[in-house]
Amino acid sequence: MLLIHCPYCQEDRPELEFRHAGEAHIARPADMAALSDEDFERFFFIRSNPKGVVFERWRHMHGCARFFNAARDTVSDRFLKTYKAGEPKPDLGGEGR
Amino acid sequence: MQQPFRLADVGRLGAAAPVNFTFDGKPFTGLTGDTLASALLANGVHLVGRSFKYHRPRGIVSAGAEEPNALVGIHRDAARKTPNVRATVQEVHAGLEAVSQNRWPSLAFDVGALNDAASPFFSAGFYYKTFMWPKAAWERLYEPFIRRAAGLGVAPDQPDPDVYANRFAHCDVLVIGAGAAGLAAALAAADTGARVILADEQAETGGALRFETGAAIDGRPGWDWAKAVTADLAARDNVRLLTRTTGFGYYAQNIVGLVERLTDHLAKPAPEQPRERLWQVRAKRVVLATGAIERHMVFAGNDRPGIMLASAARTYLNHFGVAVGRNVAVYTADDSAWLAALDLKRAGVGIAAIVDARSEIRGAHVEEARRLGIECLEGHAVTATAGRLRVSSIQVRPLAGGAGRVIPCDALITSSGWTPAVHLFSQSRGKLAFEAETQRFLPGTSAQDVDCVGACGGSIDLAQTIEQALEAGTRADGAQGRRATIVKDVRGEVWSGGMLGTAETGTGVKAFVDFQNDVTAKDIRQAVREGMRSIEHVKRFTTTGMATDQGKTSNMHGLAIAAEMLGKPIPEVGLTTFRAPYTPVTFGALAGHSRGALFEPVRRTPIHSWAQEKGAAFEDVGQWKRAWYFPEAGEDMHAAVARECRTVRESAGIFDASTLGKIEVVGPDAARFMELMYTNPWAKLGVGRCRYGVMLREDGFIYDDGVVGRIAEDRFHVTTTTGGAPRVLNHMEDYLQTEFPDLRVFLTSTSEQWAVIAVQGPRSRDIIAPLVDGIDLSDAAMPHMSVREGTVCGVPARLFRMSFTGERGFEINVPADYGRTVWEAVWAEGEKRGACAYGTETMHVLRAEKGFIIVGQETDGTVTPQDAGLIWAIGKNKADFVGMRGLRRADLVAPGRKQLVGLRTKDPNTVLDEGAQIVADPHQAVPMTMLGHVTSSYWSENCGHSIALALVAGGHDRMGETLYVPMPGGAIAVEVASTVFFDEKGERANG
Ligand SMILES: [Zn+2]
Repeated sequence: MLLIHCPYCQEDRPELEFRHAGEAHIARPADMAALSDEDFERFFFIRSNPKGVVFERWRHMHGCARFFNAARDTVSDRFLKTYKAGEPKPDLGGEGR
Repeated sequence: MQQPFRLADVGRLGAAAPVNFTFDGKPFTGLTGDTLASALLANGVHLVGRSFKYHRPRGIVSAGAEEPNALVGIHRDAARKTPNVRATVQEVHAGLEAVSQNRWPSLAFDVGALNDAASPFFSAGFYYKTFMWPKAAWERLYEPFIRRAAGLGVAPDQPDPDVYANRFAHCDVLVIGAGAAGLAAALAAADTGARVILADEQAETGGALRFETGAAIDGRPGWDWAKAVTADLAARDNVRLLTRTTGFGYYAQNIVGLVERLTDHLAKPAPEQPRERLWQVRAKRVVLATGAIERHMVFAGNDRPGIMLASAARTYLNHFGVAVGRNVAVYTADDSAWLAALDLKRAGVGIAAIVDARSEIRGAHVEEARRLGIECLEGHAVTATAGRLRVSSIQVRPLAGGAGRVIPCDALITSSGWTPAVHLFSQSRGKLAFEAETQRFLPGTSAQDVDCVGACGGSIDLAQTIEQALEAGTRADGAQGRRATIVKDVRGEVWSGGMLGTAETGTGVKAFVDFQNDVTAKDIRQAVREGMRSIEHVKRFTTTGMATDQGKTSNMHGLAIAAEMLGKPIPEVGLTTFRAPYTPVTFGALAGHSRGALFEPVRRTPIHSWAQEKGAAFEDVGQWKRAWYFPEAGEDMHAAVARECRTVRESAGIFDASTLGKIEVVGPDAARFMELMYTNPWAKLGVGRCRYGVMLREDGFIYDDGVVGRIAEDRFHVTTTTGGAPRVLNHMEDYLQTEFPDLRVFLTSTSEQWAVIAVQGPRSRDIIAPLVDGIDLSDAAMPHMSVREGTVCGVPARLFRMSFTGERGFEINVPADYGRTVWEAVWAEGEKRGACAYGTETMHVLRAEKGFIIVGQETDGTVTPQDAGLIWAIGKNKADFVGMRGLRRADLVAPGRKQLVGLRTKDPNTVLDEGAQIVADPHQAVPMTMLGHVTSSYWSENCGHSIALALVAGGHDRMGETLYVPMPGGAIAVEVASTVFFDEKGERANG
């Protein structure tokens, strides 16, 4: 069971308290009505699903209930960083590779 | 005492009390401290089972958890029949009842052994190649046949009556394995003051010191040292010592799963005692001291009972005082088997010969063997064995060529070397490194805070092992602390050698690699010939290593044979993945307390007890218990529902709607937020008015629905489907927190705060009027779809005028604690006016009569508002809402989509099956063109005929068309109709 650092609670808590919420940094377009089919496809359907570092959303469901973002290595399952929703992708330095 | 193979003055059980047990109904006596295997061997019993595929007679191979062969059933009572228990792990206790498996009619005479004679047909890939087509035959013919022919034990036929415990634990150092290495590591860690957990799968600590008579530590025999250290550790407050505890899984961030077996070794466990305990340990640092597993030699006929690992024979001798035979032959490519032979010889057991596949072996053990007069055959191989139910002789041949000869024996012990038990290290995602010189996979780069010490780390020298272990134990504290623990005078046994695969090429007929899955060297060679290139493919094709022992004794052999065939070095062929669990784990241990009533919480409404007293039948809706219908004397479900349906429309009915999900949406931007979350317009909804809301996902499909009341400018009372409340709140929170964080809105789940009493029917207002204060209930003041705050029975209430039945109706929301009291008051008023209590079934029928959908019944995640006939619920002038863009996708506006329609059966008494398919031409050959399916179907007492809702391709344009519902008894003709079957103009809700 993973220990996940909630950036709001500032604590490492067991995975059981959290719920995964899909890929991060996919902003809902402001001009939804004007979105082309291709742009809608990109926004709604296309996900990167990389082997390696993934930026994803988690929710501290059974804690503060906040959504936040995490950089996780899908190979090692290691959390490289967690950060608050709305913050930019962090610079992971050497860890990101 | 009949234990003919128990030696006097040998082993450590000497003065132990005798225990009586049975095997296949026959009584035996063993000693306290025996395993079932050692006790059977003491009685001269080697034959304990039949093999999986060929039903070949099989005996005991090992003395530990790696056992591939000796699987038995343990029967404690009618409900406690555990299959596939390793006889080498099960301890004997008074009254133990063990039975052999996979044989019929008896162990000695087994009809299934015909499979052995037919074995050319069962070669590698047989199942894949033979049982391919037709598909239907899998179910009816092949699978039952395979299951009967190839089997393990029989699963118990009663629920498991035992309880299982579950604990979480944290420690500084977790040590897995309490042999010399593990004990030393735990001691060093404990000496630093660290919190230590030490776990070992055996009943006693000591590991390989059980049989290594040549080991000495701190100037005393290794075993004595182990006992002294164990006693020392057990007495310390900072150490938790767990025996009979297997580390079965190593997970992320140093979480290790342990299973502690608490009662399987007891004759009469206390009734409340858990059978097993699951430990989930998070350790700052893990020390793996899991040892090494001896491999057997691969040669023709190597699976006869009486043929076993040398270390096992040595364990039975030195620990249990049991000789595995009177005239024991040895076949090895490793020195350790020589030490076993010497121990046996010194204990007075005859050694028929030592056959070693290696040539020119030297060392003290060889000289000692010669001195003791043992025949030593170097550079020889065993090429065949004889003996039907027990080995009686071996055929020996020089590997360089030349004549063979037959050597009689009553047991054969073998060793082809030792495989480090890197299972847990590999599970921890550590990388393994292949050491070509010794042909071993050893722990390489760690992925977590873990050390491997002793034999599992590749050490073959006891002094080095102890040194590593002390180092790791000290380091494990994380402190820079100096090592306090001193262990002196370590003297170990020294051995070398080992080989992988077969000594002779070309052999392989019945030269077993994997005993449990009956995989031979020939099978593996054949797999390579048929094109398998990676060990993962070879494994799947031959099933090698896929049995319950996961190939602990066999995987390296299989890999080496495949590598040799492919002409590649072993690491290039790959190593199969080590997966948890290390040894089988019961479902009971994993489930723990989460079973029966504790599996999932049961949710009951505040009115539940009233319904129970009234004799309601209940149905499960998610976690909720909901009153289904209220039968009166003599009524079946059909009669009760018909009466309830009639009564609601004639007079009134009272319904417990408390399970509805409720979310309070509050804040200055509440209306703006609602505009984004629901398809409907909300900004202009007046305070005190209600609206039916439809919620979509971004892709345009219906996600939830419910009536929403505007309590104040900045406050909405939102209702959701019963099962949908948590995901709707999650959906709202997601958008609020991450997409629209600037909106000033707060969301609160109020599902459990409000009890909801629906009063529906022409007399509903008369029923509630005497109880309501502060609210004008007249149609003018409170029309359909409005909400008021006031009191009901003096209790603060939100009163909705709304209807899910099509009748004039109210929903009284009161704080949950007042739910039953208010319900009883409403009921008293209702009784005076001929009302009934109704349940979910009647609620379903009445809403279907009106064509009201239920999300999850009429919708399945691919239904749009347009499909469901809800286009009117979409705000025409809205700039944005979730799902708005998705709704415009080409496929969602294409013609021919499945649309919600009503169905009327030509025979009004026929009630369709929900889920039944709908076709245009009932005579079309299978596979027929399916147009859709029935989503809801009921007998409608009020209409006098059956009614159904269905999703039908192009349904809105098919009004009046005749379609068919093919059923086993023939096709049922139906006419496509409006979804509204009753009060089509919708006047009753207002009047
Ligand atoms: Zn938190």
